Amino acid sequence: MKITVQETDFDAATEISELCANNSRIGAIASFIGLVRDNSDGDPVTAMTLEHYPAMSARVLRDIVEQAMQRWQIGDVTVIHRTGKLALCDQIVFVAVAAAHRHDAFLACEFIMDFLKTAAPFWKKEQTAQGERWVEPRATDEDARRSWLDSSDISAR
Amino acid sequence: MNIKVLYFARLREEFGMAEESIALSEGTVGALLELLRNRGSVWAEQLGVGRNYRVAVNQVLADASAPIKAGDEIAIFPPVTGG
Repeated sequence: MKITVQETDFDAATEISELCANNSRIGAIASFIGLVRDNSDGDPVTAMTLEHYPAMSARVLRDIVEQAMQRWQIGDVTVIHRTGKLALCDQIVFVAVAAAHRHDAFLACEFIMDFLKTAAPFWKKEQTAQGERWVEPRATDEDARRSWLDSSDISAR
Repeated sequence: MNIKVLYFARLREEFGMAEESIALSEGTVGALLELLRNRGSVWAEQLGVGRNYRVAVNQVLADASAPIKAGDEIAIFPPVTGG
């Protein structure tokens, strides 16, 4: 498991290579990259600043990955979250899950992102033409998190 | 007893500070929040009933009944928006 919170950028190809290096049991890698989008709630966004709670953020990410490891047959996981000032199109977050089979890799990757969005202590501040503003949490993100909890057959989800 | 209290993101800006040391007589999250609300103005407003914020005790999310002991690190922050 690799969990990193950093200001610097990351290279997805390098991270994926490291994730499956010398492990012939891995048959699938699912990955997700979150990027800085140029609009939010209809308003143009020009840049973003990400703040976090350093003593807690990596710890929560680790907890989330451990939950995913208990729930699906997955091998290794890499999570990288950036903080500080970010420009449009910059990479914000990277999640990659290695597994024997794609189903577990896809589901675990989505689960990790859904919980990261709603539980890990990071906060986005957007720069817009009207000035700076803190991003408000989205109800759809909370719905996504809850959908994993509601699953009666957790292995089927 | 003395505890360390941290504020993040919008609440850090509203309160005009990132952290402070507070002397607390009763050891629960609820007692700390009551002490902060009693400062009035922005404190009462931001931490008032129905406002959406989270509290962590030693980096673990906690509710109002959670105990606090000397030396604990309490963080108060808005709902998270990373990813």
